[in-house]
Amino acid sequence: MPSPAEQALVAKSTRNGWLMSMPALVVLTLCAVGPLAIVLVYSFLSPGDFGNVVWTFSLDGWTSILFTHDIFDDTIKFADGNLTIFWRSIKLSLITTILTFVVGFPTAWFIATRPPAARAGWLFLITIPFWTNLLVRTFAINQIIRNEGVLNTALLAMGVITQPIQLVYTDTALLIGMVYVYLPLMVLPLFATIDRFDMRLLEAGYDLYATRVQVLRRVILPITRPGIVAGSILVFVPCLGAYVTPRILGGGKNMMVGNLIDLQFGQGRNWPLGSALSITLLIIVTAALLAYVRTISRGRTHG
Amino acid sequence: MSADISIEARNVVKAFGAGAAAVRALDDVSVEIRKGEFFTLLGPSGCGKTTLLRLIAGFEMPSDGTILLDGADITYLPPNQRPVNTVFQSYALFPHLTVAQNIAFGLQMLGKPAAEVKARTDKMLALVQMEAMSGRKTSQLSGGQQQRVALARALAPQPKVLLLDEPLSALDYKLRKEMQIELKRLQLETGITFVFVTHDQEEALTMSDRVGVMSAGKLQQVGTPREIYTRPANRFVASFIGETNFLPARVVSGGVKLGCGAVIEVAGLTGSGATTLTIRPEQVRLAETGEEGTMAAVVTNLVYFGTDTHCYLSLPDGAEVMARLQSPSSGEVGLQKGQAVALRFVPGAAQVLED
Repeated sequence: MPSPAEQALVAKSTRNGWLMSMPALVVLTLCAVGPLAIVLVYSFLSPGDFGNVVWTFSLDGWTSILFTHDIFDDTIKFADGNLTIFWRSIKLSLITTILTFVVGFPTAWFIATRPPAARAGWLFLITIPFWTNLLVRTFAINQIIRNEGVLNTALLAMGVITQPIQLVYTDTALLIGMVYVYLPLMVLPLFATIDRFDMRLLEAGYDLYATRVQVLRRVILPITRPGIVAGSILVFVPCLGAYVTPRILGGGKNMMVGNLIDLQFGQGRNWPLGSALSITLLIIVTAALLAYVRTISRGRTHG
Repeated sequence: MSADISIEARNVVKAFGAGAAAVRALDDVSVEIRKGEFFTLLGPSGCGKTTLLRLIAGFEMPSDGTILLDGADITYLPPNQRPVNTVFQSYALFPHLTVAQNIAFGLQMLGKPAAEVKARTDKMLALVQMEAMSGRKTSQLSGGQQQRVALARALAPQPKVLLLDEPLSALDYKLRKEMQIELKRLQLETGITFVFVTHDQEEALTMSDRVGVMSAGKLQQVGTPREIYTRPANRFVASFIGETNFLPARVVSGGVKLGCGAVIEVAGLTGSGATTLTIRPEQVRLAETGEEGTMAAVVTNLVYFGTDTHCYLSLPDGAEVMARLQSPSSGEVGLQKGQAVALRFVPGAAQVLED
């Protein structure tokens, strides 16, 4: 049994601990938990006529993700519009993740194998795009790929094509924009892992009769997996919620979840539906993160 | 070429860099390594011994010259096509694989059937006494255990030649001694040609069938440990292997004359003028003062080494000679600093060497 003096000391240290955590707790409550709670509550309310919400309980926000009221006979019908957009978002995010990996891995490998003095310079170049506003960069991409843009003008002038290639407002344009925007988020964690990779293991692999492809598959990729997973999460998660890129490069037709949510809070004036869509997106992202944690812990024990 | 040669290097040159700044890590090296022998490349760091090993492994290509394995030219063959495996100085074990998976790696890459891989891996685990650790990750092993896994991994595909790049340098003294015996046992059991690189002369002398002494990119001498120690080819080999005394001398008829006036018989002398006489410390003996053929000397220092005592002597002309005297059971050699003594060299032990 601890003496009263000891108990007092423990109590004081606990009290101090709470006191010193207060700023962080206040900020977290106000900025993370609070807004999230409001969104959650709003998703169970009814939409107001001019936006905002009416304080009457309703599940319409949630049901209208998948179903729609027929305006004529008031029956409930299955509607795949929102699902299609979710699926599009997931598909485009996955393709973007794969493309950034395919482009980013050799890039990260190149930087990590430069002499130490040169690496800082290359990493600096990778981070330069972050200095400019995303909106401006996306419009710049638009300028390059639109029908009267730099790319098409050059190709037409050289006689490579006779008709401008329709890139802008297609999924291809969206992918170009997203790969461009999220590439650094893939390169940086990959670089951090490859930088720690023991290059002598390559020689060990070749010495033990592995071909170049086998060394890549059996030695390099398994050992750099934590970086690959981290980079993929860093690209996939913000891709899912992307708003600016699909808005500018995808046009109004090729929506992603971010634009769909924006629509509900704007022209759609259906805040409960927008809130429910936001929560759904959050659940998908959380599931992706859980999968990530599971892969990492599996890698620690036997992979 | 003869049938019992495993690895042969012919006039191998390896230059790093280009033009005037090029450094010749290997300068016209030719050597024949016999089948089933324990061959050691010995030399100080930067002498080119590891470069020669890497050329045999295929990690680097020579600037000039040829490397043959069992008579076939392998100079430009990539490492994954050479029946040669390496034990790396850093071990380079795969951190994402278990002990057993590390050992099986080479066999799997060779496309061996799973049953054979399993049987051979188990045999290798037994050979290096690591059966109990087969499921461990390599990061959970001690240095000596990692060493054993690296050995088993390199031996598993049954290479024609095993290359060992200073594999014992990271181990502490006692473990190093154990692994020396272990390595020798493995070599005798498997009958594989071992090419061992080290800068440790003791390792080279105790383990090798033959030793190649290297310095400044050149092979200075190849021979059995005994030959290299007792009949060094030049001053570098004499000074690098063991301890030795160098004394300035002049060639006279029938031998050389030291600065103190004593004439030492040396057979087969060519040339004339100034030269250097070499005598190992254990070939220097103390004698009765005034005895025929002895030199007067003064004891300048005594250092006790356990089994023997190093006695530093000064000759009348100021030349220094070190004698290694076996310590008597009392531990006292019966000498004191400043004492006048007489010494002689064991007949035939002194040699005149080229620079």
